[in-house]
Amino acid sequence: MQNKLKEIREKAISQIENAANLEALNEVRNVVLGKKGELTAVLRGMKDVAAEDRPKVGQWVNEARDAIETKLEAQLKKLEKEALKLRYEAEKIDVTMPEVVAEPGSLHPITLVKNELVDIFGSMGFEVFEGTEIETDYYNFTALNTPDDHPARDMQDTFYLSPEFLLRTQTSAGQIHVMEAKKPPIKVISPGKVFRSDDDATHSPMFSQMEGLVVDKGISLCDLKGMLDEFVKKIFGKETKTRLRPSYFPFTEPSVEVDVSCFQCGGCGCKLCKGTGWIEVLGAGVVNNKVLEGCGIDTNEYSGFAFGIGIERIAMLKYGINNIKMLFESDMRVLKQLHE
Amino acid sequence: MLAPLSWLKEYVDIDCTPQELQDKLFSCGFEVEELKQVGEDIHDVVVGLVKTCEPIPETHLHVCTVDAGSHGTFQVCCGADNVKAGGKFPLALVGAQVIMTGKDHVTVEGLMTIEKGKLRGYDSEGMLCSGVELGVSDDLFPGASYNGLLVLPDDAEVGADVKPILGLDDWIFDIAITANRPDCQSVYGIAREVAAVLNKEIKPLDLSYTEDEVKKDGFTVTVDAPELCPRYIAHYVHDVKIGESPLWMKRRLALVGIGSISNVVDITNYVLTELGQPMHAFDSSYIEGNMINVRRANNGEKIVTLDEKEFELNDQNLVICDGKKPVALAGIMGGLNSEILDTTTEVMFEAAKFMRDNIRKSSRALGQASDSSAMYAKGVYEYTTVMAMKRALHLIEELGCGKVSSTHVEVSTGNSIEPKEMKVSIERVNKVLGITVPNEDIIRILKSLDFNPSVNGDELTIQVPAYREDMESYPDVAEEVIRMYGYEHVIPTFMPTAQVTMGGFDLRQMSELKLKRALCGAGAYEGIHYSFFSPSDLDLLNLPEDAMERKAIKLINPINADLSLMRTTLAPQMIRAMARNQKRDLLEGKIYELGNIFIPKDLPLTEYPDERETLCVGVFGENESFYTLKGFAKIVADTFDLEFTYEPSEKTFLHPYQTADIICDGEKVGYLGKVSYEIMDELDMRVPSFVLELDIRLISKYYDKEQKFMPLPKFAIEKRDFAFVVDKNITCASIENGIKEACKYVTDVKLFDVYEGIQLGANKRSMAFSVVFTPQNEEFTDEMVEGYVKKILKNLDNKLGISLRS
Repeated sequence: MQNKLKEIREKAISQIENAANLEALNEVRNVVLGKKGELTAVLRGMKDVAAEDRPKVGQWVNEARDAIETKLEAQLKKLEKEALKLRYEAEKIDVTMPEVVAEPGSLHPITLVKNELVDIFGSMGFEVFEGTEIETDYYNFTALNTPDDHPARDMQDTFYLSPEFLLRTQTSAGQIHVMEAKKPPIKVISPGKVFRSDDDATHSPMFSQMEGLVVDKGISLCDLKGMLDEFVKKIFGKETKTRLRPSYFPFTEPSVEVDVSCFQCGGCGCKLCKGTGWIEVLGAGVVNNKVLEGCGIDTNEYSGFAFGIGIERIAMLKYGINNIKMLFESDMRVLKQLHE
Repeated sequence: MLAPLSWLKEYVDIDCTPQELQDKLFSCGFEVEELKQVGEDIHDVVVGLVKTCEPIPETHLHVCTVDAGSHGTFQVCCGADNVKAGGKFPLALVGAQVIMTGKDHVTVEGLMTIEKGKLRGYDSEGMLCSGVELGVSDDLFPGASYNGLLVLPDDAEVGADVKPILGLDDWIFDIAITANRPDCQSVYGIAREVAAVLNKEIKPLDLSYTEDEVKKDGFTVTVDAPELCPRYIAHYVHDVKIGESPLWMKRRLALVGIGSISNVVDITNYVLTELGQPMHAFDSSYIEGNMINVRRANNGEKIVTLDEKEFELNDQNLVICDGKKPVALAGIMGGLNSEILDTTTEVMFEAAKFMRDNIRKSSRALGQASDSSAMYAKGVYEYTTVMAMKRALHLIEELGCGKVSSTHVEVSTGNSIEPKEMKVSIERVNKVLGITVPNEDIIRILKSLDFNPSVNGDELTIQVPAYREDMESYPDVAEEVIRMYGYEHVIPTFMPTAQVTMGGFDLRQMSELKLKRALCGAGAYEGIHYSFFSPSDLDLLNLPEDAMERKAIKLINPINADLSLMRTTLAPQMIRAMARNQKRDLLEGKIYELGNIFIPKDLPLTEYPDERETLCVGVFGENESFYTLKGFAKIVADTFDLEFTYEPSEKTFLHPYQTADIICDGEKVGYLGKVSYEIMDELDMRVPSFVLELDIRLISKYYDKEQKFMPLPKFAIEKRDFAFVVDKNITCASIENGIKEACKYVTDVKLFDVYEGIQLGANKRSMAFSVVFTPQNEEFTDEMVEGYVKKILKNLDNKLGISLRS
């Protein structure tokens, strides 16, 4: 009996070791351990074994089963490992082949700049007011201290829709709507499309501006300078400096042009800044008393500053876009270049 | 505004370099757009004395020995007919740069550098030059336009640089003048600023003249339109001798680009440039009726101006008339009938203030402009009007070209030309600036600007000159102080006195950005197109005459017809953008625009029109279809948690069978479809292109829709698939509806397979739907679901006559 069991055990182990796949292994399991398996048959034959020998034989059978099962398990793991390895190998790819992506689109460069400006000024407490593209002469000019005979009207070639209505030439028009609707403290930016009858290589008849307005107690030119310093650092880089110089806008007094130190050459002079080290980026000033008073704001109590930024100008400077009209043609080659 | 340095120096002792002056002007508000040296292209040209001059046989040339002082003596060949021994001429040394001329010695062809050469076997080291070759005209130096050598004066020092002699060492400042400072549209006005910024005295202009006994008896001036002409001054000058102006005057006018005409006309141009006051000179012998009358033109009245153009006028135009007829278009141009001629012997000078708005409008309306009208449009001060007449009369005497009579008539509405007193608080001036400028600096600055300041405690009193109408109150004083004190003194602060406010986008703005980002996420790029478009865009869409889109707001003064209407739909620009890309071989793309269309409530506009926010999506490419475009409508719906439905529709510019209206909550909110073959053909479009337009304003009411969390179902859902063979004209939506309405537990219906084939028969297709049943209060049993399925099939059979595929 012992020999028979040994024979079964050795044969089974040898068959297990030679099993090349899971089917062969299952076959061995059935032949040895199955209902009609060899070892099972031995157990069934126990009734023919002498009673005193039964425990011993039982132990031998168990030992044989354990050995075979252990072996089976080991071989199973080995085969599975090999099978997985083959599967991996079969799925070998060339990782240098081009990627597959669901290509996202992107926001327009003007929107990108506008959003950046809104983020910056929003964090300083500026609300966003978007006025209408079609404005009245009153809001675009008269209320901004630019009456009908004012020479500043010649600074801007205006598209008229009727004697009263026009396409706004400046987002400053929004200032008046805001001040009519709201009492100080006012901190508002007003981005939007503006229109001037200019059409050449460097001008587009439609472009975008962002007006900013602050009206509160004790606001001075120093506050304008302080806020602009922060703004230009955020948008053009930490090293950027500002320079104010006198200018003229009917709705601010004093009025300034704001230059920033050239962020390309750091102020040494290059092609971008035309050798001057400075780049003109926006116009600003202390809000003219006539404008405030026209909106019912007491100039003995309140003062303010305003500024106007050309969004395309910032986009062109920031991204190096060389042709403003390109921005309005929806050429996929242009649209695909810039993203958030 | 052009200002020659030499001219400025007549009024101010300028002791800095032109570049330093440029910087100083810049810092006080006068940007020098260009600083140009008159003879910047010319160098190494010296006074040469011709010692010997021998003809070269059989040519027109001479070989000369030219003494150039310390530079040496050179042999030079010369072809000019006025070369002669003993003469002094400009000699361009070897290495010099001069202007290159054509064969006619007159046409400028560029610049040239002088090299050693050989002519007819004779060495030539240098070149004797003509005026043209040095860029000098008769007005700059007499005789310079002679087609031969420029003759230098006998006292010119041999070997000296010719540039100072010819005025080529001068500098021209081209200065940008802001609209609030018309007083600086003149050399003297700039000189005032130069004096202030250099802290120097400005020399007063010589305004002296002596009137003689002669009188033009009975001469009158009447102003019928004082609202357009607050001051008119006429002065009679007799014994006029028309002739050439002196060199200094010609040269100055030449430097600012004005050609010399005759002494009297030059005086008017000189005064215009020097003081910024337009003047006019009439030949007095043609003034009929011994009178000047300033009035509005009669409707239909005609005038021929100096440049021989005829204009028909109306009562918006101001004219200067004599007793019978208009003799000048006020402020714009004189009439041909009273022009100064060589034969003129008596002159009526005019200096007047005309209202700038009227001159500007007349000039535009008539399409006639001049240096005078340009100046009036910028603004002229009555202070200067008075000064200019005196200056012109002084120049008449100085030039000796006439005698100043005692007939002087001045009509005015009584505006003061004296300085105006203004009192401001120093504290308020400083508050505008945010810094405290020391009182002594404030005084110094205001003094330098001729404001004659005095201080009493906090009260600052200034006398504002009448040419500074821009000075109205303390912020103006603040600006004057800071532009001279220096903006670098402004210390940055961050609104320490201001209240804290909340910033950033509001709900609508946030929602729009959310939508844009969602569309980007789906692969579309944002485009921006002009707010105006072309009538041809409406024609492109083949819209009927009475279409709403054709009721567009017209621009009164468009740049051209293509930009002449406010857009009423975003589609045509999007279709053109897709076509443009295809023309450039960019054969796939997805673009969207979120912009306004403009719907007038009435035309012409009497109230603000409706600016309707609209979304337009365009997709094009071989792999695109109606359904890929429809995916973008789904994105809009999903962004705002909406449900869109679609109904077949028709548009004149879209495929008749691939067009649908988009419906939201029973309301039509937009459309989508495939661009018609007619348009593809017209615009040379090569790949299938699709366009969607959606009225975002109608969607915006859902912006504040709050998102709600749905608890997960407590019981397991059941899924069943159905396949039908149906007639092609039975729509997917009708089957979906038939499924949904039959059973309240159906929570999702999805078409997952469509098949067409001959075995199904023509006009048939197979459609397979996956349906999800979600239990509400109890677990489904198989029987329950079977019951629902039966109900659904029965409903589909009743409504659509369809049954399961066998």
